Amino acid sequence: MTDKPLIIVEDLAKTFVLHNAESATIPVFQDLTLQVAAGECVVLAGESGVGKSTLMRSIFGNYLPTQGAVKVWHDGAYVDITQANPHEVLEVRRRTLGYVSQFLRVIPRVPTLQLVMEPLLENGVPFEEARDRAAELLSALRLPQAHWDLPPATFSGGEQQRVNIARSFIRKYPVLLLDEPTASLDAENRAIVVRLIKEALAEGAAMIGIFHDLDVRDAVASRLFEVSQFKAAA
Amino acid sequence: MNAIPGRIAPAPLLSVEGLTKWYGHVLGCRDVAFDLRPGEVLGIVGESGSGKTTLLNCISGKLTPTSGEVRFDTRRFGLTDIYGLSEPDRRRMQREEWGFVHQNPRDGLRMRVSGGANVAEPLMNLGARHYGEMRQSTIDWLDRVELDTRRIDDKPRNFSGGMQQRIQVARNLIHGPRLVFMDEPTGGLDVSVQARLLDLLRELVRDLGLAVIIVTHDMAVARLMADRLMVMKGGEVVETGLTDQVLDDPQHPYTQLLVSSVLQI
Ligand SMILES: Nc1ncnc2c1ncn2[C@@H]1O[C@H](COP(=O)(O)OP(=O)(O)O)[C@@H](O)[C@H]1O
Ligand SMILES: Nc1ncnc2c1ncn2[C@@H]1O[C@H](COP(=O)(O)OP(=O)(O)O)[C@@H](O)[C@H]1O
Ligand SMILES: [Mg+2]
Ligand SMILES: [Mg+2]
Repeated sequence: MTDKPLIIVEDLAKTFVLHNAESATIPVFQDLTLQVAAGECVVLAGESGVGKSTLMRSIFGNYLPTQGAVKVWHDGAYVDITQANPHEVLEVRRRTLGYVSQFLRVIPRVPTLQLVMEPLLENGVPFEEARDRAAELLSALRLPQAHWDLPPATFSGGEQQRVNIARSFIRKYPVLLLDEPTASLDAENRAIVVRLIKEALAEGAAMIGIFHDLDVRDAVASRLFEVSQFKAAA
Repeated sequence: MNAIPGRIAPAPLLSVEGLTKWYGHVLGCRDVAFDLRPGEVLGIVGESGSGKTTLLNCISGKLTPTSGEVRFDTRRFGLTDIYGLSEPDRRRMQREEWGFVHQNPRDGLRMRVSGGANVAEPLMNLGARHYGEMRQSTIDWLDRVELDTRRIDDKPRNFSGGMQQRIQVARNLIHGPRLVFMDEPTGGLDVSVQARLLDLLRELVRDLGLAVIIVTHDMAVARLMADRLMVMKGGEVVETGLTDQVLDDPQHPYTQLLVSSVLQI
């Protein structure tokens, strides 16, 4: 483990330009600076539309920032996600940087157990080990075993969300971004996710989260980060 | 195969530079450049007439470009300009190391021989002589693309378009190619068969380091299959990048239009 921050966001700015709406511009934030250390969970705060998801997606390389840098500690060095080639970003995502959104997006018809094993198989983990770890995680998340051989398309929102969480936590990412991963879970399942988050933090993961349940936020947050401090001038 | 699962080797498998094709005064594609690594899936999207098929044909050695280079890391000669190879060497390399799935299965199948023979033919071309093994391998592949293996001796014309497409896919994967080109491969397929094929391809990419260049107009297919996207318009690449970034935060006006025109991806 390192005592360097695992995420360094420097002078980040993001403005959307909508070319087909008379080039309307939507400034979201500017000069945004943030560092997250190992074992720390920074919770993004602020009202809807302030730019919490935009910041998270910019860190993941899903959105292209207008300016600034996003450095992620990967394999003993920083990789600037805003400058890296697609294959470098994919490599960082494969082993270091995870992102859990509210939505499960997978190839239809693939059974749940296989979907959860997939990230490990991609990393070269042997089949049996991948299967055992997937089973363990799905059990921990209390997804009924009868569901494991089914594709998640017909599952409830909460069940799909747990499949999504399993697909991310199985890789034990050193850096994890959580965009309302508990939005459709009941209190009991939220508590399980809180436990998974705390275990990962104890093992040294750095996290950035967006949670609108106050119980989850209070249970996991090391500190709050107000995105509105960096509001870009319109 | 020597690809390390989960890691993309640094050396390119394919390297394209300055690729331009004119049909007389009509532009096919202009100044296209990219590298592709083993285990990488590149998606090419864009409206009809934007040059996708022209580009794919130029890259895959089917259509001589007006200018530019296509270099492939051939087993026999290393990284080589494919248009610098002799015709027989190029054809042999295409047969041994590539697959090409045409948009219309009739263009990629031999209509006079059985579906099974179509699937087995690439093995025969590579010198396989053991009939029992070839038949077994053919049955395995028909099964993997979810075709009824009892129909192995039927002629392609007796299969539906979607089934013909699956025969064509099996025919282009059975010999273990390192690079597969696909031109709108899932267009005529039921969604459930399409899902099966996408899963099969992802598995080959993951386990064998197969590289794929896939032309598609279906943004959902692009999202699930491709690591990287190239967006074409009027013969030129107007935007390129990580698939989810291009789809979720498109920069070019044309890509913004393309992405905002689909219902839900
Ligand atoms: N892909 C996008 N294209 C254009 N505008 C976007 C996009 N994503 C977010 N925005 C805009 O950026 C602003 C911040 O949105 P978001 O980051 O989703 O806020 P939050 O997560 O805090 O609710 C909003 O005005 C939103 O409309
Ligand atoms: N054989 C040909 N002769 C003349 N023009 C052609 C030929 N093939 C394609 N074109 C032209 O080249 C352009 C690109 O076509 P194509 O590569 O088929 O696009 P796409 O596959 O994106 O629909 C179009 O303007 C098309 O009319
Ligand atoms: Mg949000
Ligand atoms: Mg075409």
